Amino acid sequence: LQLDFWLAPRGPGYPVDVRVPFPSLQPLKAHLEANGVSYSIMIEDVQALVDDERTEMLRGRRRLPLSTNTFDYATYHNLDEIYAFMDLLVAENPNLVSKLEIGRSTENRPIYVLKFSKGGPNRPAVWIDTGIHSREWVTQASGVWFAKKIVLDHENDEGLASILDKMDIFLEIVTNPDGFAFTQTQNRMWRKTRSRHSGSNCIGVDPNRNWDAGFGGPGASKNPCSETYHGPYANSEPEVKAIVDFVKNHGNIKAFVSIHSYSQLLLYPYGYTSTPVPDQKELHQVSQKAVAALSSLYGTKYKYGSIITTIYQASGGTIDWTYNQGIKYSFTFELRDTGRYGFLLPAKQIVPTAQETWLALKVIMLHARDHPY
Amino acid sequence: SAMELPPSHHRANRAAALAAGYVCYRRGSPGRGLRLRTVRRAGRRDIDGVGPKYHLELVLEDIVDEDSTVNCTAEVLYHLGNKNIAPDVQFTIEGELKNTDEADNIFYSQIKSLEKELVAENIPDSHGHVSPEMEPIRLLAWVASGYVMWQNSTENTKFQFAQIKHVKQVKRSDEYLEFDYMILLHEMVSQEIIPWQMTVLWHPQHGVQVTQDSRQPKHASE
Repeated sequence: LQLDFWLAPRGPGYPVDVRVPFPSLQPLKAHLEANGVSYSIMIEDVQALVDDERTEMLRGRRRLPLSTNTFDYATYHNLDEIYAFMDLLVAENPNLVSKLEIGRSTENRPIYVLKFSKGGPNRPAVWIDTGIHSREWVTQASGVWFAKKIVLDHENDEGLASILDKMDIFLEIVTNPDGFAFTQTQNRMWRKTRSRHSGSNCIGVDPNRNWDAGFGGPGASKNPCSETYHGPYANSEPEVKAIVDFVKNHGNIKAFVSIHSYSQLLLYPYGYTSTPVPDQKELHQVSQKAVAALSSLYGTKYKYGSIITTIYQASGGTIDWTYNQGIKYSFTFELRDTGRYGFLLPAKQIVPTAQETWLALKVIMLHARDHPY
Repeated sequence: SAMELPPSHHRANRAAALAAGYVCYRRGSPGRGLRLRTVRRAGRRDIDGVGPKYHLELVLEDIVDEDSTVNCTAEVLYHLGNKNIAPDVQFTIEGELKNTDEADNIFYSQIKSLEKELVAENIPDSHGHVSPEMEPIRLLAWVASGYVMWQNSTENTKFQFAQIKHVKQVKRSDEYLEFDYMILLHEMVSQEIIPWQMTVLWHPQHGVQVTQDSRQPKHASE
């Protein structure tokens, strides 16, 4: 019967406490009754108690950590916690990290970018963004991990140290804060921004169809209610405009990586046209190397190629625009998994995902460092 | 006019996902869910007057035990002219699938002996967590969703199971278990999350059946 005695039998006259597995309930009750043994139920459902305790423990962890060393990287956090993390990281590493506000979202949330720099004016730079599609939670969580990783490794890791000797790294962790807040409170599956445009009851624009590259062409929807709605015009979304302005004003970004989930893919332009990019061969080789590095850690298998041949035609996409701006090393990741959990990736996979992805990012950054243009 | 496709081609992947969903529906149980691991080979040719036919060599994996895999060959014929006809799928599985009789029977007895009908929601939850006793409920939904995906697939769709929003057991006087599910499907070409209601019957000896299903409108909170 697999009875689990919490107060073991001692002898006649002494009570016994026993946890009874589900399928043994009926047989045990029958046995006790047949033998005239009285019993009462102390806990109807042990699992419910365990679940409640777990919830309480999680709630306890929601009190803000005092340093980025006590921050729990292996769980999903909300917007306030991530913004607090950023401030902690800057306060702990003021010589390496600074926080820039590059704009405001539709609902007036600040949009922040972390800058990692060893100094020097307007160095060539690498850009990484996560969370542009708000439901892709493993990406924001990985962004948080990358931020800490850069701080941990910037001196002792030869590759990263050499990158930072020549280049700055910009990291936008919550690229779509309104969408992210909405996934926390209302709809875990929300993808788009939260803007309202006249003439429709439906909310939101797909921020990865709103860029000025093949804007409005096949591979995006003109229906405001659609998940791939491109918006009324290119850069209509402040979240997108903020990055566009930043990139143009900076003028020296050499590698641009936009991170999504899921599907386990590494992609380069174009999505809006089947014309291959001039640098196709080189981007394909870099992708191959990056994917090999990623796989080396846990064996996670990635496919790679241009957006249009690997997934589908998609217009108005981020890296099509950045490539056309002259940022040769423009890549998009689709992180874990391939559909077993999809957007609802278990929290215990956050750190392994971030770790393996970081190896691929380093390949891209090192290549950019070694091939200045 | 037969054409070999690179296995990574998105057309091959869509047909493969559909085939895997169908196979899962036909062979799955609360103890066994199958999903597509790899496309090894893919070919495509047009059948005059009907539509494109894909020949696929697939590797399927067990959802719970990733190391357990089987090879599967499948043919998928899309009916271009008539959207109301589900694609034809034929398949053969090489070798034996893992035996799940014991797990199935345990689950069956557990549910049969419940005093109150089972009710649950959000499986997996927002953090990807599934409690162990809900795993068979989740697998059953996964298997049943293979039917919905099969019935509603075209060359321009690729469905993935996303989440159980709500499940309610329906008491029956016969030997079958019945569950009323509201699930979310992720359609990867349009990126839509589609709520879908399904009534699912199961018995260890009689397999999984979807007796009624209907697509639901996106909810008003958007």
